Amino acid sequence: MTLAAELGKPISVPTGPRIRAPRRSLAISPSALLPFLLPLGIVVLWQAASSFGWITNRLMPAPIQVVWAFWDKLVSGELAVNIQASAIRAISGLLVGGSIGFLLGLANGVSRLSHSLTDTTLQMLRTIPNLALIPLVILWFGIGEEAKLFLTALGVFFPIYLNTLHGVRNVDPQLIEMGRVYGMNGWTLFRKVIFPGALPSIFVGLRFSLGIMWLTLIVAESMAASSGIGHMANSAREFMMTDVVILALVIYALLGKLADLVALTLERLTLSWNPAYQKSARS
Amino acid sequence: MSTTVRTKNVWGNDIEPEYAARIPRQRAGDRGVGIRIEGLAKSFGDVPVLHDLDLEVPAGQFLAIVGKSGCGKSTLLRLLVGLDTPTSGAISFVGPDGADTEPSSRIVFQEPRLLPWASVIDNVVVGLGEGVGRRDARRLAEAALAEVQLGEKAGEWPSRLSGGQRQRAALARALVSQPAFLALDEPLGALDALTRITMQALIERVWQEQGFTALFVTHDVGEAVALADRVIVLDEGRIALDIAIDQPRPRRRGAPDLAEIEGRLLAGIFK
Repeated sequence: MTLAAELGKPISVPTGPRIRAPRRSLAISPSALLPFLLPLGIVVLWQAASSFGWITNRLMPAPIQVVWAFWDKLVSGELAVNIQASAIRAISGLLVGGSIGFLLGLANGVSRLSHSLTDTTLQMLRTIPNLALIPLVILWFGIGEEAKLFLTALGVFFPIYLNTLHGVRNVDPQLIEMGRVYGMNGWTLFRKVIFPGALPSIFVGLRFSLGIMWLTLIVAESMAASSGIGHMANSAREFMMTDVVILALVIYALLGKLADLVALTLERLTLSWNPAYQKSARS
Repeated sequence: MSTTVRTKNVWGNDIEPEYAARIPRQRAGDRGVGIRIEGLAKSFGDVPVLHDLDLEVPAGQFLAIVGKSGCGKSTLLRLLVGLDTPTSGAISFVGPDGADTEPSSRIVFQEPRLLPWASVIDNVVVGLGEGVGRRDARRLAEAALAEVQLGEKAGEWPSRLSGGQRQRAALARALVSQPAFLALDEPLGALDALTRITMQALIERVWQEQGFTALFVTHDVGEAVALADRVIVLDEGRIALDIAIDQPRPRRRGAPDLAEIEGRLLAGIFK
Protein backbone atom coordinates (compact mmCIF):
# COMPACT_ATOMS: atom_id res chain seq x y z
CA MET A 1 0.00 0.00 0.00
CA THR A 2 2.78 2.39 0.92
CA LEU A 3 4.54 1.90 -2.36
CA ALA A 4 1.29 2.14 -4.24
CA ALA A 5 0.38 5.30 -2.42
CA GLU A 6 3.71 6.77 -3.28
CA LEU A 7 3.34 5.84 -6.92
CA GLY A 8 -0.11 7.32 -7.01
CA LYS A 9 1.00 10.70 -5.84
CA PRO A 10 -0.18 13.25 -8.37
CA ILE A 11 2.60 14.84 -10.30
CA SER A 12 3.13 17.89 -8.22
CA VAL A 13 2.93 21.30 -9.75
CA PRO A 14 5.80 23.41 -8.41
CA THR A 15 4.51 24.78 -5.16
CA GLY A 16 7.21 27.27 -4.29
CA PRO A 17 7.46 30.67 -5.87
CA ARG A 18 6.01 30.42 -9.32
CA ILE A 19 8.25 30.36 -12.31
CA ARG A 20 8.16 33.90 -13.54
CA ALA A 21 8.69 35.16 -17.02
CA PRO A 22 12.07 36.86 -17.29
CA ARG A 23 11.71 40.43 -16.14
CA ARG A 24 11.47 42.86 -19.00
CA SER A 25 14.18 45.42 -19.24
CA LEU A 26 13.26 49.03 -19.86
CA ALA A 27 14.96 48.99 -23.25
CA ILE A 28 12.33 48.32 -25.92
CA SER A 29 13.10 45.27 -27.97
CA PRO A 30 13.00 45.65 -31.76
CA SER A 31 10.11 43.18 -32.06
CA ALA A 32 7.93 45.38 -29.81
CA LEU A 33 8.23 48.19 -32.34
CA LEU A 34 7.18 46.00 -35.26
CA PRO A 35 3.42 46.75 -35.05
CA PHE A 36 4.11 50.50 -35.25
CA LEU A 37 6.31 50.25 -38.31
CA LEU A 38 3.47 50.30 -40.83
CA PRO A 39 1.49 53.27 -39.43
CA LEU A 40 4.71 55.22 -38.97
CA GLY A 41 5.73 54.49 -42.56
CA ILE A 42 2.36 55.62 -43.83
CA VAL A 43 2.61 58.91 -41.94
CA VAL A 44 6.12 59.51 -43.30
CA LEU A 45 4.99 58.72 -46.83
CA TRP A 46 1.95 60.95 -46.40
CA GLN A 47 4.08 63.84 -45.18
CA ALA A 48 6.49 63.34 -48.09
CA ALA A 49 3.62 63.25 -50.59
CA SER A 50 2.29 66.52 -49.21
CA SER A 51 5.68 68.19 -49.13
CA PHE A 52 6.43 67.28 -52.73
CA GLY A 53 2.99 68.49 -53.79
CA TRP A 54 1.74 65.10 -55.03
CA ILE A 55 -1.53 65.59 -53.13
CA THR A 56 -3.41 68.88 -52.77
CA ASN A 57 -3.39 70.20 -49.26
CA ARG A 58 -6.93 71.46 -49.67
CA LEU A 59 -8.28 67.92 -49.84
CA MET A 60 -5.72 66.08 -47.73
CA PRO A 61 -3.63 68.13 -45.31
CA ALA A 62 -0.14 67.08 -44.32
CA PRO A 63 0.29 65.35 -40.95
CA ILE A 64 2.15 68.37 -39.64
CA GLN A 65 -0.91 70.55 -40.39
CA VAL A 66 -3.06 68.15 -38.39
CA VAL A 67 -0.64 68.53 -35.50
CA TRP A 68 -0.91 72.32 -35.78
CA ALA A 69 -4.70 72.09 -35.88
CA PHE A 70 -4.52 69.98 -32.74
CA TRP A 71 -2.34 72.63 -31.06
CA ASP A 72 -4.70 75.45 -32.10
CA LYS A 73 -7.79 73.69 -30.78
CA LEU A 74 -6.02 72.69 -27.61
CA VAL A 75 -4.86 76.20 -26.82
CA SER A 76 -8.23 77.75 -27.61
CA GLY A 77 -9.86 75.26 -25.22
CA GLU A 78 -12.28 74.19 -27.94
CA LEU A 79 -10.89 70.65 -27.96
CA ALA A 80 -11.42 70.04 -24.26
CA VAL A 81 -15.00 71.32 -24.42
CA ASN A 82 -15.83 69.13 -27.41
CA ILE A 83 -14.19 66.00 -26.05
CA GLN A 84 -15.99 66.50 -22.78
CA ALA A 85 -19.33 66.91 -24.53
CA SER A 86 -18.80 63.75 -26.58
CA ALA A 87 -17.54 61.74 -23.62
CA ILE A 88 -20.53 62.69 -21.46
CA ARG A 89 -22.92 61.65 -24.24
CA ALA A 90 -21.06 58.38 -24.77
CA ILE A 91 -20.93 57.47 -21.10
CA SER A 92 -24.53 58.38 -20.33
CA GLY A 93 -25.72 56.46 -23.40
CA LEU A 94 -23.68 53.45 -22.32
CA LEU A 95 -24.96 53.63 -18.75
CA VAL A 96 -28.61 53.94 -19.71
CA GLY A 97 -28.66 51.44 -22.58
CA GLY A 98 -26.13 49.11 -21.01
CA SER A 99 -27.88 48.81 -17.66
CA ILE A 100 -31.28 48.20 -19.23
CA GLY A 101 -29.74 45.57 -21.53
CA PHE A 102 -27.89 43.98 -18.63
CA LEU A 103 -30.96 43.79 -16.38
CA LEU A 104 -33.20 42.45 -19.14
CA GLY A 105 -30.53 39.93 -20.13
CA LEU A 106 -30.31 38.70 -16.54
CA ALA A 107 -34.07 38.57 -16.11
CA ASN A 108 -34.60 36.67 -19.35
CA GLY A 109 -31.72 34.31 -18.62
CA VAL A 110 -33.06 33.42 -15.19
CA SER A 111 -36.82 33.55 -15.66
CA ARG A 112 -38.58 31.56 -18.31
CA LEU A 113 -41.68 33.74 -18.00
CA SER A 114 -39.78 36.96 -18.57
CA HIS A 115 -38.00 35.36 -21.51
CA SER A 116 -41.15 34.26 -23.28
CA LEU A 117 -42.77 37.63 -22.61
CA THR A 118 -40.04 39.90 -23.98
CA ASP A 119 -37.40 38.03 -25.96
CA THR A 120 -39.25 37.71 -29.27
CA THR A 121 -40.12 41.42 -29.25
CA LEU A 122 -36.53 42.38 -28.50
CA GLN A 123 -35.19 40.07 -31.20
CA MET A 124 -37.49 41.74 -33.72
CA LEU A 125 -36.45 45.23 -32.67
CA ARG A 126 -32.82 44.17 -32.87
CA THR A 127 -32.99 43.76 -36.62
CA ILE A 128 -33.78 47.48 -37.10
CA PRO A 129 -30.53 49.44 -37.42
CA ASN A 130 -30.67 52.09 -34.72
CA LEU A 131 -29.56 54.79 -37.15
CA ALA A 132 -32.62 54.09 -39.30
CA LEU A 133 -34.64 55.64 -36.48
CA ILE A 134 -33.01 59.05 -36.93
CA PRO A 135 -35.97 60.65 -38.76
CA LEU A 136 -38.37 59.41 -36.12
CA VAL A 137 -36.07 60.38 -33.27
CA ILE A 138 -35.77 63.93 -34.62
CA LEU A 139 -39.54 64.17 -34.77
CA TRP A 140 -39.90 62.84 -31.24
CA PHE A 141 -37.06 64.51 -29.41
CA GLY A 142 -35.95 67.29 -31.73
CA ILE A 143 -32.22 67.63 -32.16
CA GLY A 144 -31.29 68.06 -28.51
CA GLU A 145 -29.38 65.83 -26.15
CA GLU A 146 -32.33 63.48 -25.69
CA ALA A 147 -32.11 62.34 -29.30
CA LYS A 148 -28.42 61.50 -28.99
CA LEU A 149 -28.92 59.74 -25.68
CA PHE A 150 -31.77 57.70 -27.11
CA LEU A 151 -29.82 56.61 -30.18
CA THR A 152 -26.65 55.70 -28.26
CA ALA A 153 -28.56 53.90 -25.54
CA LEU A 154 -30.48 51.91 -28.14
CA GLY A 155 -27.26 51.04 -29.95
CA VAL A 156 -25.45 49.70 -26.89
CA PHE A 157 -28.53 47.95 -25.53
CA PHE A 158 -28.60 44.99 -27.90
CA PRO A 159 -25.03 43.65 -27.70
CA ILE A 160 -25.15 43.81 -23.91
CA TYR A 161 -28.61 42.27 -23.73
CA LEU A 162 -27.76 39.41 -26.09
CA ASN A 163 -24.45 38.55 -24.51
CA THR A 164 -25.74 38.76 -20.94
CA LEU A 165 -28.60 36.45 -21.86
CA HIS A 166 -26.23 34.06 -23.61
CA GLY A 167 -23.84 34.11 -20.66
CA VAL A 168 -26.51 33.42 -18.05
CA ARG A 169 -28.05 30.62 -20.11
CA ASN A 170 -24.71 28.94 -20.65
CA VAL A 171 -23.55 28.72 -17.07
CA ASP A 172 -22.48 25.13 -16.45
CA PRO A 173 -25.64 23.33 -15.20
CA GLN A 174 -23.45 21.00 -13.17
CA LEU A 175 -22.21 23.96 -11.14
CA ILE A 176 -25.76 25.17 -10.61
CA GLU A 177 -26.73 21.69 -9.42
CA MET A 178 -23.73 21.69 -7.09
CA GLY A 179 -24.83 25.06 -5.72
CA ARG A 180 -28.33 23.74 -5.04
CA VAL A 181 -27.03 20.63 -3.25
CA TYR A 182 -24.83 22.83 -1.10
CA GLY A 183 -27.85 24.84 -0.05
CA MET A 184 -27.49 28.00 -2.12
CA ASN A 185 -30.77 29.84 -2.52
CA GLY A 186 -31.71 32.28 -5.30
CA TRP A 187 -29.57 35.29 -4.47
CA THR A 188 -26.50 33.36 -3.27
CA LEU A 189 -26.70 31.11 -6.30
CA PHE A 190 -26.82 34.15 -8.54
CA ARG A 191 -23.97 35.93 -6.78
CA LYS A 192 -21.64 32.96 -6.48
CA VAL A 193 -22.40 30.88 -9.56
CA ILE A 194 -24.56 32.48 -12.25
CA PHE A 195 -23.14 36.00 -12.40
CA PRO A 196 -19.43 35.06 -12.34
CA GLY A 197 -20.17 32.34 -14.89
CA ALA A 198 -21.84 34.82 -17.22
CA LEU A 199 -19.20 37.52 -16.80
CA PRO A 200 -16.88 36.54 -19.70
CA SER A 201 -19.82 36.73 -22.09
CA ILE A 202 -21.01 40.04 -20.60
CA PHE A 203 -17.59 41.53 -21.29
CA VAL A 204 -17.78 40.43 -24.93
CA GLY A 205 -21.08 42.33 -25.12
CA LEU A 206 -19.56 45.38 -23.47
CA ARG A 207 -16.69 45.57 -25.94
CA PHE A 208 -19.07 45.15 -28.86
CA SER A 209 -21.31 47.89 -27.57
CA LEU A 210 -18.39 50.30 -27.11
CA GLY A 211 -17.80 50.16 -30.87
CA ILE A 212 -21.47 50.79 -31.58
CA MET A 213 -21.50 53.58 -29.00
CA TRP A 214 -18.87 55.62 -30.88
CA LEU A 215 -20.41 54.90 -34.27
CA THR A 216 -23.84 56.09 -33.16
CA LEU A 217 -22.39 59.13 -31.49
CA ILE A 218 -20.42 60.21 -34.57
CA VAL A 219 -23.54 60.06 -36.71
CA ALA A 220 -25.71 61.75 -34.10
CA GLU A 221 -23.23 64.57 -33.60
CA SER A 222 -22.73 65.24 -37.30
CA MET A 223 -26.48 65.34 -37.75
CA ALA A 224 -27.15 68.21 -35.45
CA ALA A 225 -25.20 69.39 -32.48
CA SER A 226 -23.61 72.50 -31.07
CA SER A 227 -20.74 70.73 -29.36
CA GLY A 228 -18.83 67.48 -29.53
CA ILE A 229 -16.16 66.03 -31.78
CA GLY A 230 -18.71 65.28 -34.49
CA HIS A 231 -19.87 68.89 -34.41
CA MET A 232 -16.26 70.09 -34.61
CA ALA A 233 -15.63 67.95 -37.70
CA ASN A 234 -18.87 68.98 -39.33
CA SER A 235 -18.41 72.71 -38.91
CA ALA A 236 -14.82 72.38 -40.13
CA ARG A 237 -16.14 70.81 -43.32
CA GLU A 238 -18.18 73.93 -44.04
CA PHE A 239 -15.00 76.00 -44.04
CA MET A 240 -12.96 73.35 -45.91
CA MET A 241 -10.72 72.93 -42.85
CA THR A 242 -9.67 69.40 -43.73
CA ASP A 243 -6.97 69.36 -41.07
CA VAL A 244 -9.61 69.66 -38.33
CA VAL A 245 -11.68 66.92 -39.97
CA ILE A 246 -8.69 64.58 -39.92
CA LEU A 247 -7.98 65.62 -36.33
CA ALA A 248 -11.52 64.61 -35.36
CA LEU A 249 -11.02 61.20 -36.95
CA VAL A 250 -7.78 60.68 -35.05
CA ILE A 251 -9.47 61.66 -31.78
CA TYR A 252 -12.30 59.23 -32.43
CA ALA A 253 -9.77 56.47 -33.03
CA LEU A 254 -7.93 57.31 -29.82
CA LEU A 255 -11.11 57.52 -27.73
CA GLY A 256 -12.31 54.22 -29.15
CA LYS A 257 -9.00 52.59 -28.33
CA LEU A 258 -9.10 54.07 -24.83
CA ALA A 259 -12.58 52.71 -24.17
CA ASP A 260 -11.52 49.29 -25.39
CA LEU A 261 -8.46 49.42 -23.16
CA VAL A 262 -10.57 50.21 -20.11
CA ALA A 263 -12.87 47.28 -20.90
CA LEU A 264 -9.89 44.97 -21.42
CA THR A 265 -8.35 46.00 -18.12
CA LEU A 266 -11.63 45.42 -16.28
CA GLU A 267 -11.91 42.06 -17.97
CA ARG A 268 -8.43 41.05 -16.94
CA LEU A 269 -8.99 42.15 -13.35
CA THR A 270 -12.26 40.30 -12.89
CA LEU A 271 -11.44 37.21 -14.91
CA SER A 272 -8.04 36.46 -13.42
CA TRP A 273 -9.34 32.99 -12.53
CA ASN A 274 -9.67 32.14 -16.20
CA PRO A 275 -6.65 30.28 -17.58
CA ALA A 276 -6.96 32.36 -20.74
CA TYR A 277 -6.02 35.45 -18.72
CA GLN A 278 -3.26 33.85 -16.68
CA LYS A 279 -0.79 33.15 -19.44
CA SER A 280 0.68 36.60 -19.66
CA ALA A 281 -0.14 40.22 -19.19
CA ARG A 282 -0.65 40.78 -22.90
CA SER A 283 -3.77 39.87 -24.79
CA MET B 1 2.02 -1.54 8.94
CA SER B 2 5.13 0.37 9.90
CA THR B 3 6.12 3.21 7.69
CA THR B 4 8.59 6.01 7.82
CA VAL B 5 7.42 9.23 6.26
CA ARG B 6 9.79 10.41 3.57
CA THR B 7 9.79 14.10 2.87
CA LYS B 8 12.24 14.22 -0.06
CA ASN B 9 11.97 12.44 -3.37
CA VAL B 10 14.92 10.97 -5.24
CA TRP B 11 15.75 14.38 -6.69
CA GLY B 12 15.83 15.91 -3.23
CA ASN B 13 12.63 17.92 -3.68
CA ASP B 14 9.92 18.07 -1.03
CA ILE B 15 7.17 15.59 -1.58
CA GLU B 16 3.66 15.65 -0.23
CA PRO B 17 3.12 13.49 2.82
CA GLU B 18 1.65 10.15 1.94
CA TYR B 19 -1.94 9.56 2.81
CA ALA B 20 -1.44 5.96 3.80
CA ALA B 21 1.55 6.79 5.94
CA ARG B 22 -0.59 8.53 8.51
CA ILE B 23 -2.38 6.32 10.96
CA PRO B 24 -5.99 7.47 11.30
CA ARG B 25 -6.63 9.57 14.37
CA GLN B 26 -9.11 8.53 16.96
CA ARG B 27 -12.64 8.69 15.72
CA ALA B 28 -14.22 12.06 16.46
CA GLY B 29 -17.41 10.37 17.55
CA ASP B 30 -20.12 8.49 15.79
CA ARG B 31 -21.73 11.15 13.69
CA GLY B 32 -23.20 8.78 11.17
CA VAL B 33 -26.90 8.32 10.63
CA GLY B 34 -28.67 5.14 9.72
CA ILE B 35 -30.56 5.00 6.43
CA ARG B 36 -33.80 3.13 5.91
CA ILE B 37 -35.18 2.70 2.39
CA GLU B 38 -38.58 1.08 1.95
CA GLY B 39 -40.24 0.14 -1.31
CA LEU B 40 -38.35 2.84 -3.19
CA ALA B 41 -39.18 3.32 -6.86
CA LYS B 42 -38.13 5.91 -9.37
CA SER B 43 -39.05 6.15 -13.01
CA PHE B 44 -38.26 8.76 -15.60
CA GLY B 45 -41.37 8.99 -17.76
CA ASP B 46 -42.36 5.38 -18.43
CA VAL B 47 -38.87 4.02 -17.84
CA PRO B 48 -38.47 2.49 -14.37
CA VAL B 49 -34.94 2.98 -13.04
CA LEU B 50 -35.43 1.71 -9.50
CA HIS B 51 -38.27 -0.37 -8.16
CA ASP B 52 -39.22 -2.20 -4.94
CA LEU B 53 -35.93 -1.29 -3.34
CA ASP B 54 -35.54 -2.07 0.36
CA LEU B 55 -32.28 -1.29 2.10
CA GLU B 56 -31.15 -0.76 5.65
CA VAL B 57 -27.80 0.93 6.24
CA PRO B 58 -26.53 1.06 9.85
CA ALA B 59 -25.01 4.31 11.09
CA GLY B 60 -21.36 4.77 10.19
CA GLN B 61 -21.25 1.99 7.62
CA PHE B 62 -19.18 2.28 4.46
CA LEU B 63 -21.48 0.91 1.81
CA ALA B 64 -20.38 0.51 -1.78
CA ILE B 65 -22.87 0.21 -4.62
CA VAL B 66 -21.70 -1.41 -7.82
CA GLY B 67 -23.44 -2.39 -11.00
CA LYS B 68 -23.43 -2.01 -14.74
CA SER B 69 -24.00 1.47 -16.10
CA GLY B 70 -27.69 2.27 -16.17
CA CYS B 71 -28.46 0.00 -13.22
CA GLY B 72 -29.76 2.94 -11.22
CA LYS B 73 -26.89 3.37 -8.75
CA SER B 74 -26.41 7.08 -9.42
CA THR B 75 -30.16 7.62 -9.31
CA LEU B 76 -30.29 6.00 -5.87
CA LEU B 77 -27.62 8.40 -4.66
CA ARG B 78 -29.38 11.42 -6.13
CA LEU B 79 -32.58 10.37 -4.35
CA LEU B 80 -30.72 10.05 -1.08
CA VAL B 81 -29.24 13.55 -1.18
CA GLY B 82 -32.50 15.05 -2.38
CA LEU B 83 -31.49 15.92 -5.95
CA ASP B 84 -34.45 13.91 -7.21
CA THR B 85 -37.73 12.91 -5.61
CA PRO B 86 -38.84 9.27 -5.52
CA THR B 87 -41.83 8.16 -7.56
CA SER B 88 -42.96 6.04 -4.64
CA GLY B 89 -41.57 4.56 -1.44
CA ALA B 90 -39.80 6.25 1.41
CA ILE B 91 -36.32 7.17 2.55
CA SER B 92 -35.75 7.90 6.20
CA PHE B 93 -32.66 8.68 8.22
CA VAL B 94 -32.31 7.38 11.74
CA GLY B 95 -30.39 9.39 14.33
CA PRO B 96 -28.35 7.96 17.22
CA ASP B 97 -31.41 8.07 19.49
CA GLY B 98 -33.37 5.90 17.06
CA ALA B 99 -35.69 8.70 15.98
CA ASP B 100 -36.01 9.96 12.42
CA THR B 101 -33.75 12.91 11.64
CA GLU B 102 -33.04 15.27 8.80
CA PRO B 103 -29.30 14.67 8.42
CA SER B 104 -26.67 16.99 7.04
CA SER B 105 -25.77 15.18 3.84
CA ARG B 106 -23.17 16.01 1.25
CA ILE B 107 -22.26 14.63 -2.14
CA VAL B 108 -19.02 14.35 -4.08
CA PHE B 109 -19.63 14.14 -7.82
CA GLN B 110 -17.58 12.40 -10.45
CA GLU B 111 -16.43 15.82 -11.64
CA PRO B 112 -14.93 18.11 -9.01
CA ARG B 113 -17.47 20.86 -9.85
CA LEU B 114 -15.34 23.54 -8.24
CA LEU B 115 -16.22 27.15 -8.99
CA PRO B 116 -13.45 28.21 -11.37
CA TRP B 117 -13.74 31.86 -10.24
CA ALA B 118 -13.22 31.11 -6.57
CA SER B 119 -9.93 30.17 -4.92
CA VAL B 120 -9.57 26.67 -3.53
CA ILE B 121 -10.35 27.81 0.00
CA ASP B 122 -13.41 29.80 -1.07
CA ASN B 123 -14.64 26.69 -2.83
CA VAL B 124 -14.33 24.78 0.40
CA VAL B 125 -16.19 27.55 2.26
CA VAL B 126 -19.14 26.89 -0.11
CA GLY B 127 -19.53 23.56 1.69
CA LEU B 128 -20.40 25.35 4.93
CA GLY B 129 -23.49 26.98 3.49
CA GLU B 130 -24.93 30.18 4.95
CA GLY B 131 -24.77 31.38 8.49
CA VAL B 132 -21.14 30.78 9.35
CA GLY B 133 -19.03 33.82 10.19
CA ARG B 134 -16.24 34.71 7.80
CA ARG B 135 -13.41 34.00 10.19
CA ASP B 136 -14.87 30.72 11.42
CA ALA B 137 -15.56 29.66 7.84
CA ARG B 138 -11.94 30.25 6.90
CA ARG B 139 -10.63 28.38 9.88
CA LEU B 140 -12.86 25.37 9.20
CA ALA B 141 -12.02 25.40 5.51
CA GLU B 142 -8.31 25.50 6.27
CA ALA B 143 -8.71 22.52 8.56
CA ALA B 144 -10.63 20.61 5.89
CA LEU B 145 -7.96 21.39 3.30
CA ALA B 146 -5.26 20.23 5.68
CA GLU B 147 -7.27 17.04 6.16
CA VAL B 148 -6.99 16.29 2.43
CA GLN B 149 -3.37 17.51 2.38
CA LEU B 150 -4.10 20.48 0.19
CA GLY B 151 -3.38 23.20 2.73
CA GLU B 152 -0.72 24.93 0.71
CA LYS B 153 -3.00 25.25 -2.32
CA ALA B 154 -5.62 27.27 -0.43
CA GLY B 155 -5.05 30.47 -2.38
CA GLU B 156 -4.74 28.90 -5.84
CA TRP B 157 -7.31 28.96 -8.63
CA PRO B 158 -8.78 25.50 -9.29
CA SER B 159 -7.46 25.64 -12.85
CA ARG B 160 -3.94 25.40 -11.44
CA LEU B 161 -4.58 22.09 -9.69
CA SER B 162 -4.12 18.61 -11.08
CA GLY B 163 -7.14 16.34 -11.51
CA GLY B 164 -6.46 14.52 -8.25
CA GLN B 165 -5.96 17.75 -6.34
CA ARG B 166 -9.24 19.14 -7.66
CA GLN B 167 -11.09 16.07 -6.49
CA ARG B 168 -9.40 16.38 -3.09
CA ALA B 169 -10.60 19.99 -2.90
CA ALA B 170 -14.12 18.76 -3.74
CA LEU B 171 -13.81 16.21 -0.95
CA ALA B 172 -12.72 18.93 1.48
CA ARG B 173 -15.78 20.97 0.46
CA ALA B 174 -18.01 17.98 1.24
CA LEU B 175 -16.30 17.28 4.56
CA VAL B 176 -16.01 20.81 5.93
CA SER B 177 -19.56 20.86 7.25
CA GLN B 178 -18.97 17.53 9.04
CA PRO B 179 -21.83 15.69 7.34
CA ALA B 180 -23.53 12.75 8.96
CA PHE B 181 -23.95 11.14 5.59
CA LEU B 182 -21.62 11.42 2.62
CA ALA B 183 -22.60 10.28 -0.85
CA LEU B 184 -19.78 9.67 -3.33
CA ASP B 185 -20.90 9.33 -6.94
CA GLU B 186 -18.00 7.65 -8.74
CA PRO B 187 -15.67 10.28 -7.29
CA LEU B 188 -12.54 8.62 -8.65
CA GLY B 189 -13.94 7.65 -12.03
CA ALA B 190 -12.14 10.38 -13.94
CA LEU B 191 -8.74 9.94 -12.29
CA ASP B 192 -5.79 7.93 -13.48
CA ALA B 193 -5.18 4.53 -11.88
CA LEU B 194 -2.34 5.61 -9.60
CA THR B 195 -4.04 8.76 -8.31
CA ARG B 196 -7.09 6.63 -7.58
CA ILE B 197 -5.15 4.41 -5.20
CA THR B 198 -3.95 7.45 -3.28
CA MET B 199 -7.45 8.89 -3.16
CA GLN B 200 -8.92 5.61 -1.95
CA ALA B 201 -6.54 5.61 0.99
CA LEU B 202 -7.49 9.23 1.71
CA ILE B 203 -11.21 8.54 1.64
CA GLU B 204 -10.78 5.49 3.87
CA ARG B 205 -8.79 7.52 6.39
CA VAL B 206 -11.21 10.45 6.66
CA TRP B 207 -14.12 8.04 6.96
CA GLN B 208 -12.35 6.20 9.79
CA GLU B 209 -11.62 9.48 11.53
CA GLN B 210 -14.98 11.14 11.13
CA GLY B 211 -17.36 8.24 11.33
CA PHE B 212 -19.97 9.43 8.85
CA THR B 213 -22.15 7.01 6.94
CA ALA B 214 -20.65 6.64 3.47
CA LEU B 215 -22.41 5.58 0.30
CA PHE B 216 -19.87 5.01 -2.40
CA VAL B 217 -21.05 4.42 -5.96
CA THR B 218 -18.42 2.95 -8.26
CA HIS B 219 -18.07 0.79 -11.33
CA ASP B 220 -14.77 -0.57 -10.07
CA VAL B 221 -15.43 -3.74 -8.08
CA GLY B 222 -11.85 -3.91 -6.80
CA GLU B 223 -12.20 -0.41 -5.38
CA ALA B 224 -15.47 -1.31 -3.69
CA VAL B 225 -13.93 -4.39 -2.10
CA ALA B 226 -10.87 -2.48 -0.91
CA LEU B 227 -12.89 0.23 0.82
CA ALA B 228 -16.33 -0.93 1.86
CA ASP B 229 -17.79 -2.70 4.88
CA ARG B 230 -20.48 -3.99 2.61
CA VAL B 231 -21.05 -4.09 -1.13
CA ILE B 232 -24.39 -4.31 -2.88
CA VAL B 233 -24.86 -5.07 -6.55
CA LEU B 234 -27.69 -3.26 -8.27
CA ASP B 235 -29.18 -4.86 -11.33
CA GLU B 236 -32.15 -3.52 -13.25
CA GLY B 237 -33.24 -1.35 -10.38
CA ARG B 238 -33.07 -4.01 -7.65
CA ILE B 239 -30.50 -5.36 -5.24
CA ALA B 240 -29.06 -8.48 -6.83
CA LEU B 241 -26.33 -9.21 -4.29
CA ASP B 242 -25.48 -7.98 -0.79
CA ILE B 243 -22.10 -8.99 0.60
CA ALA B 244 -20.50 -7.98 3.93
CA ILE B 245 -16.72 -7.57 3.94
CA ASP B 246 -15.22 -7.80 7.40
CA GLN B 247 -11.57 -7.85 6.47
CA PRO B 248 -9.26 -5.78 8.68
CA ARG B 249 -8.06 -2.37 7.48
CA PRO B 250 -5.97 -1.17 5.83
CA ARG B 251 -6.55 -3.89 3.28
CA ARG B 252 -3.86 -5.22 1.06
CA ARG B 253 -4.74 -5.14 -2.60
CA GLY B 254 -4.85 -8.53 -4.23
CA ALA B 255 -5.16 -10.45 -0.96
CA PRO B 256 -6.71 -13.87 -1.71
CA ASP B 257 -9.79 -13.30 0.49
CA LEU B 258 -10.55 -10.02 -1.22
CA ALA B 259 -9.97 -11.51 -4.66
CA GLU B 260 -12.46 -14.24 -3.82
CA ILE B 261 -15.10 -11.66 -2.84
CA GLU B 262 -14.36 -9.65 -5.97
CA GLY B 263 -14.91 -12.76 -8.06
CA ARG B 264 -18.25 -13.39 -6.39
CA LEU B 265 -19.36 -9.82 -7.01
CA LEU B 266 -18.33 -9.89 -10.66
CA ALA B 267 -20.19 -13.16 -11.09
CA GLY B 268 -23.22 -11.46 -9.53
CA ILE B 269 -23.00 -8.56 -11.95
CA PHE B 270 -22.57 -10.65 -15.09
CA LYS B 271 -24.84 -13.54 -14.25
